[in-house]
Amino acid sequence: MAVIVAEHISKSYNDVPALTDISFAIENGELFGLIGPDGAGKSTLFRILTTLLLADNGQGYVAGHHIVDEYKEIRKKVGYMPGRFSLYQDLSVEENLSFFATIFGTTIKENYNLVRDIYVQLEPFKDRPAGKLSGGMKQKLALCCALIHKPEVLFLDEPTTGVDAVSRVEFWDMLKKLKEKGIAILVSTPYMDEATRCDRIGLIQKGKILSIDSPQRMITNFNKPLFAIRTRKIYQTLNVLRRADFTHSALPFGECIHLTTTQPLVASKIKEYVVDNGITVEDVLPVKATVEDVFLDLSKTLETQS
Amino acid sequence: MIKVFWAFVKKEWYHIIRDKRTLLILFGMPVAQVLLFGYAISTEFKGAQVDVLDYAQDKSSTRLIHHLQSSGHFTLNTVLSSEQEMEKGFKEGTTKLVVVIPEDFDSDLYNGRDITVQLITDGSDPNNANTLLQYATSMLNDFRREQLQKESSPFQIQVESRMLYNPQLLSAYTFIPGTIALILLIVCAMLTSLTIAREKELGTMEILLVSPLPPLLIILGKVTPYAVLAFLDAVLILLLGYFVFKVPVLGSVLLLLFCCLLYVLVGLSLGTLISTRSTSQQQAMMSSLMGLMMPSLILSGFLFPLSSMPKILQFIGQIIPATYFIEILKGIMLRGVGLQFIYVEVLVLLGMVMVLLAFTWKNFNVRLQ
Repeated sequence: MAVIVAEHISKSYNDVPALTDISFAIENGELFGLIGPDGAGKSTLFRILTTLLLADNGQGYVAGHHIVDEYKEIRKKVGYMPGRFSLYQDLSVEENLSFFATIFGTTIKENYNLVRDIYVQLEPFKDRPAGKLSGGMKQKLALCCALIHKPEVLFLDEPTTGVDAVSRVEFWDMLKKLKEKGIAILVSTPYMDEATRCDRIGLIQKGKILSIDSPQRMITNFNKPLFAIRTRKIYQTLNVLRRADFTHSALPFGECIHLTTTQPLVASKIKEYVVDNGITVEDVLPVKATVEDVFLDLSKTLETQS
Repeated sequence: MIKVFWAFVKKEWYHIIRDKRTLLILFGMPVAQVLLFGYAISTEFKGAQVDVLDYAQDKSSTRLIHHLQSSGHFTLNTVLSSEQEMEKGFKEGTTKLVVVIPEDFDSDLYNGRDITVQLITDGSDPNNANTLLQYATSMLNDFRREQLQKESSPFQIQVESRMLYNPQLLSAYTFIPGTIALILLIVCAMLTSLTIAREKELGTMEILLVSPLPPLLIILGKVTPYAVLAFLDAVLILLLGYFVFKVPVLGSVLLLLFCCLLYVLVGLSLGTLISTRSTSQQQAMMSSLMGLMMPSLILSGFLFPLSSMPKILQFIGQIIPATYFIEILKGIMLRGVGLQFIYVEVLVLLGMVMVLLAFTWKNFNVRLQ
C-alpha cells in the first residue's frame, strides 16, 4: 500500500512555477530520497505533503488521508523535520524532547525504544541548550523529536545539510534502522552521493521530476559512454572538448571532467584529441556512472527541451 | 489537553526566564517608567530662575520681590538695571521669567491706582511659560490682597479655588494610571506578538502546525504566562504609586483588578492579531510600536488633553483602548467611583475584546503563508 501519494501536484509563487506536475508513490517501509539542488522545489513539496501549504493543482494522500480535506488526521500521524533547525534553542535537549512528546500526547518513556539508538548519543548533553549543540547533534535531536510520537510517515527535509561527513554516515545508518521498523521515510538531500543509501530516488530540478527509480537501476540504465579526464587546465579542456564532434556533454566533476560521448570511443583517442589542441592531460579513464552523472545528463536534456 | 496546555505554559515560562531582554522589559521597564515620570518628567517646578527689573526700588517693590521668593517656586537670579539686559538671561538660558516693576510702585499701591506689572517669559517653551505665568500672577494677586488687607474694599470678588480629587495637582495622579495602561499594553500586546512572531521566524511554528495541537491551544498556551505577568506588573505599579508617590486607590480594589484583567485581554487579543499579520519579530515590533505605543502615549489623553486636538485625532483617540482604561483607572483610584459610573468604558473594552478576537480567529492560519 502506498503511504505517500502525489498526483500531478503543481504550485507557483506569484506566477513563478515552483513545482510542475509532480507525481509519485511511496510504499510502506520505503526510504525514498528526493535528490536535487537548492531551489529545485524540494521544501515546497515537503510543505504541501505535510499540509503546511496548499497546492495549486493536483491531489495528495499521506497515510491514506487527503492532504487538504483530512489535514488534521495527517498531522497526528506524521513526523516532520523542516529544512532549517527548528527546535527551541533556549530549551535543553531533554526539555525539547519532552515538550514534543507531550504535545503529541505521549511521553519519552512510552516510545523510548524507538529513539533509544539516537538518544543515547545525546544523553551526555541532555542539560545543554539545543542552540549550543554541534550541527550533527542538532539534527539527531530534531530526528528524535520528529520520531517521539511513533509516526507512520517521516518527512525529513535536508537532514544532513550542514552536518560533518562522519555524522552524515551515522544519520543514514539510523534512517536505515527506522525503515526496518516499517516507517515510510521521505528524505531530501542536495548531496548526490547520499542517493545510493535510498531504496528509490526521485531526481528533481526546477520543480520537475526528472526520473524516479532505484539508484542502482538508474546507474545501469545510463547507456552513454563516460570518461573521467584529469587535467590542471579544466577550463581550457572543457572548451576544447565542447567543440569536439564526439562530445555529448563535458562537465566539471569534482577535480576532473566527466565527458559523455555520442559514440563508443577509446580513452586514448580522447587524450590524443585534447593534447593535439595544445593542452596537457594527466589521465583519461572510462568510468562507471554515478547518480550525479545521471542527474547532470537528465537536467541537460531538460534544458535543451525548454 | 490540560497536560498539553501546561507543557506549553512551562515551555513559555522557560523562554521568558531565560531571556534577559524579556525580563528587563517585564520588570525593569515598569519601575523605570514610574520613577522617570515621577521624578524627571514633572509638570511642577521648583526654584525657577527669575530676573527682576525694578524701576521703583522702593519699600513695596522690595517686599514684592521677597514675596515672590517666599513660596520656593521662584529664585531671584539677577536684578537688572535696564531694559536692554532683559533678553540676555533668556538667550543664555539662565532665566525663565522677568518681572518688571513700574516706577512709583509704593505710592500707586497705597493710593489704589492701576498698576501694571509686566511678566515676560520664554515663549519657546510654551507649557513651562504658561505655568510660570499662572504661578506668578496668583502670587501677585496674593501680594496685593495682603497689602490692602486693612482697608478692605467692598467691590472686590474673592476667588477661592479648590481642585477636587487631586488638591495639590500632583502629576503622579495622572502618570500612575497612564503608566499602568502603557505597560500593560507593552507586555500584553508587544511581547505576545513578538513571541508568536519568534516561533514563525525560527521555524518552530512549522512543527507546531504539523502536530495535533488545535490552534486555540497554541495561542492560549503562549499568552497565558504573559497575562499573569502583565497582571503582576499592574499590581507592582499600583504599589509603587501608593508607597512612593502616595497615589491612593479610593474605590474598590477588586473592581480595579477586574478592569485590569479586562484591559489585559484587550492587549492580548491585539498582540495575537498583530502576530497573525506579521512573519518576523521585527515586523511585529514595528507594528506594535507604531500602531499601539505611539497612539496610546499621545492620543489617549495621558500626556495631552484630547479635547484640544483636531477632530481626526480625537476620533483616533476614541478608538484607542488606553483612553477608556485610563478613564476607568482615574475613576476608581482617584474619584473612588463604582461600576455604575464607568460601565460605558467597561462595555467599550468588552466590545473591543470581542471584535479583536473575531478578527484574530479569522486571520489565524492553520497553514504557512
